[in-house]
Amino acid sequence: MEDNLEGKVPEEKRPSADGPAEKPAVPTDGAAEKPVAPTGESAEKPAAPAEKSADKPAAAGSPPPAAKPKKKDEIGPRFIVSSSPHLHDGRTVSSIMKLVVYALLPATLFSVYAFGFGALKVIIISVASAMIFEALSQKAMGRQIRLADFSAVLTGLLLALNLPSTSPWWLVVTGNFFAIVIAKQLYGGLGYNPFNPALIGRVVLLVSFPVHMTARWVQATPFGSNPFGVDAVTTATPLTMARESLAALGHIDVPFGTQEIMNLLVGNRGGCLGETSVILLLAGGLFLILKKVISWHIPVSFIGSVWALTGIFYLIDKTTYANPSFHVISGGLILGALFMATDYVTSPVTKKGMLIFGAGCGLITVLIRLWGGYPEGVSFAILLMNAATPLIDRFTKPTVFGAVDKQKAAA
Amino acid sequence: MSKGAFFGGVHPSYNKDMASGQAVIEMPLPKELIVYFSQNLGAPSNPVVKKGDEVKKGQVIGESGGFVSTPVHAPTSGVVKTVENRPSPVGADMIAAVIVPDGLDEWVEGCNVERGSTGLNREKIKGLIHDGGIVGMGGATFPTHVKLSPPPDKKMDTLIINGAECEPYLTADHRVMLEDAESVLDGAALFAGVIDVKNIVIAIEKNKPDAIITMQRAIAGRSGFTVAEMDVIYPQGAEKQLIYAITGRKVPAGGLPMDVGVLVQNVGTAAAAYEMIRYNRPLIQRVVTVTGSGIKHPKNVLARVGTKFSDLIEFCGGVHGDTAKLINGGPMMGIAQHSLDAGMTKGTSGLVLLREDEVGQFVSDPCIRCGNCLDVCPMTLNPSALSIFIERMRFDDAEEYNLMDCIECGCCAYVCPSKRPMVHHFRRAKAEIRNKAKKAG
Repeated sequence: MEDNLEGKVPEEKRPSADGPAEKPAVPTDGAAEKPVAPTGESAEKPAAPAEKSADKPAAAGSPPPAAKPKKKDEIGPRFIVSSSPHLHDGRTVSSIMKLVVYALLPATLFSVYAFGFGALKVIIISVASAMIFEALSQKAMGRQIRLADFSAVLTGLLLALNLPSTSPWWLVVTGNFFAIVIAKQLYGGLGYNPFNPALIGRVVLLVSFPVHMTARWVQATPFGSNPFGVDAVTTATPLTMARESLAALGHIDVPFGTQEIMNLLVGNRGGCLGETSVILLLAGGLFLILKKVISWHIPVSFIGSVWALTGIFYLIDKTTYANPSFHVISGGLILGALFMATDYVTSPVTKKGMLIFGAGCGLITVLIRLWGGYPEGVSFAILLMNAATPLIDRFTKPTVFGAVDKQKAAA
Repeated sequence: MSKGAFFGGVHPSYNKDMASGQAVIEMPLPKELIVYFSQNLGAPSNPVVKKGDEVKKGQVIGESGGFVSTPVHAPTSGVVKTVENRPSPVGADMIAAVIVPDGLDEWVEGCNVERGSTGLNREKIKGLIHDGGIVGMGGATFPTHVKLSPPPDKKMDTLIINGAECEPYLTADHRVMLEDAESVLDGAALFAGVIDVKNIVIAIEKNKPDAIITMQRAIAGRSGFTVAEMDVIYPQGAEKQLIYAITGRKVPAGGLPMDVGVLVQNVGTAAAAYEMIRYNRPLIQRVVTVTGSGIKHPKNVLARVGTKFSDLIEFCGGVHGDTAKLINGGPMMGIAQHSLDAGMTKGTSGLVLLREDEVGQFVSDPCIRCGNCLDVCPMTLNPSALSIFIERMRFDDAEEYNLMDCIECGCCAYVCPSKRPMVHHFRRAKAEIRNKAKKAG
């Protein structure tokens, strides 16, 4: 090993050799260490460092003559003591929530473009009331007010995207009350809620105010042509149309040609604010997957199982059952699978569990859509699977590395 | 040979270039040394010196306290100022001999003498490794002679010399490989002889290309050696992960590397063992990386065991004013220090000083179940569930979820967006479970 001169000769310390270019945080101990133009070489000498010498004896050698004796009770540098690891990758709850909000922005902006002022009103009221309910309930429960984690903003936005643009203000506020106060804060706040708060808000409104929630759809129109929705064309959602035609005619009578598919993909149809534009939702979802905020498992198994199950029935009877691709792009499935079912708190943590969760959501969605009382079943499906999440996590407990009974031969 | 994959892991900023280019510098003797009698995992050694005793360099000052224990030696000649509890790097005060060097640095009779190879059989070598106080120098300080004593029914076939050095910042092993390659290989050959294996793998992460080249050159002409270039991912140097990456074998949960026929030793340990066998120099000094943005002149220092942190820091030019954290070891698994008066041990691979803006202080939030920790846990545990169980004092559930297999690498806490003190929870619960087992058994 290399013997360095400076290591051998501590006596070479010269007070003037110190390079106190940095401002001393701890006062120096009186050694008149006037900054002499520090050179690279001299600065490397272990000469009494200004910061250290105040509280620690220069034990490496004889202290510089000018140094005063150290007082034992002087307070040394204050070090922060915490458990390892001492590094962090920098991702926080609020940065994750913000990324999800960003991912929803294209679909959100499109909803304003498509549904006009009504949509904007719903979004603003929803986000604002979510934040107010969050702050009020945290205050009432003596918790720290944490609007900065952005989770209330996200819940408010998601709920808005799950409402029709014709929703009156009180409907939006009521939904957010149930979402934030009942579904989230009463259970203990972020992390402890068993059910997706935004979906609880939506479903409470759906069963309590069915007319407001399902019968007042407005056909999407470009913002410029009808900004305030005065002469808005009322319409039904594609899924409702399919169901009504089946009831009236005995067979599915919904056109599903290239033009219709394009309309569905772009979002030129009736529906909740955020569920209409499949393309923008997929773009947002892809963004989240690339940013590693969500993984592909839940969306793929959810959408895939809906497609596969409705496909089976479509093959059996094309007059009674709609095209599986129609099922995938027509309702709230894309919004639900990418942004609601993937909610961390209420979905499984294991990858295997996520696949089961997604498949279960798909199965229940199909059951409700084909034979249930509602035209759409995504919200109910996710909430029912939320209830199963602890069980799924338990049954998909990861096998520990080197588990004795399942040890596989090395690949 | 290029090797990589184990499940999970993270990619922190390595920040190794602060010190990796610094050749090892021997530090002059400090004014006093704090030599703890507990220098290994297992039983501490029993003090055999008292206040006022004169000691010589290499003299035994603490005798082995059992099979899983090693003796402790005086790092230099001088006087035992006192034997008392002193602040230690592990937090609690520990009994230590405070030695004031006399400056002569005189070896005790018999040490520092070249030994011929005659009469060096396996048992003798193992005995010498014990007598030399050789312990795992990667940080775990497990007595090396114990690792070299697999029961006869374990068929050993591979020795891995661990130069992965996956901890960010640290470069001590890197420098040892560059500057002392022959000692490392000679030590490795001794280990291989003791456990009778022919296959010796030097494992080095690819972020140390110069060490890889040096080692590849050094093994030329030696038989049985290979150099494995390991992917750069933390915790590549963790024993079980390293074995899996190199051999594809999984050490059984709760088991030891010997269960899959492998022995892993750190590069520094190999060099230290060689010093003991060849020159009868016990383990009284080691290379310590003093680094981080908080230190003025990052260095790799060859320092005596017992050198106080304050002296190491001073030797490296002192700290910057806003230094907020001092870590014994690397930033992923090292222990934050509260006192500069603690002395380094045989396991001190580095001192990392971080400045205020690098040291996060935060309130931890409830788990939001994002599942990031499951994605990075190299032991494929469910850290999320474990931490929630432990918060609720459900230690039985934590045990059922394989808490005891946790290697405390810290990957889970590194990625936790709620900044939960995962490793802290796990250490605490492990202690609870062990205490309970002790009471019951």
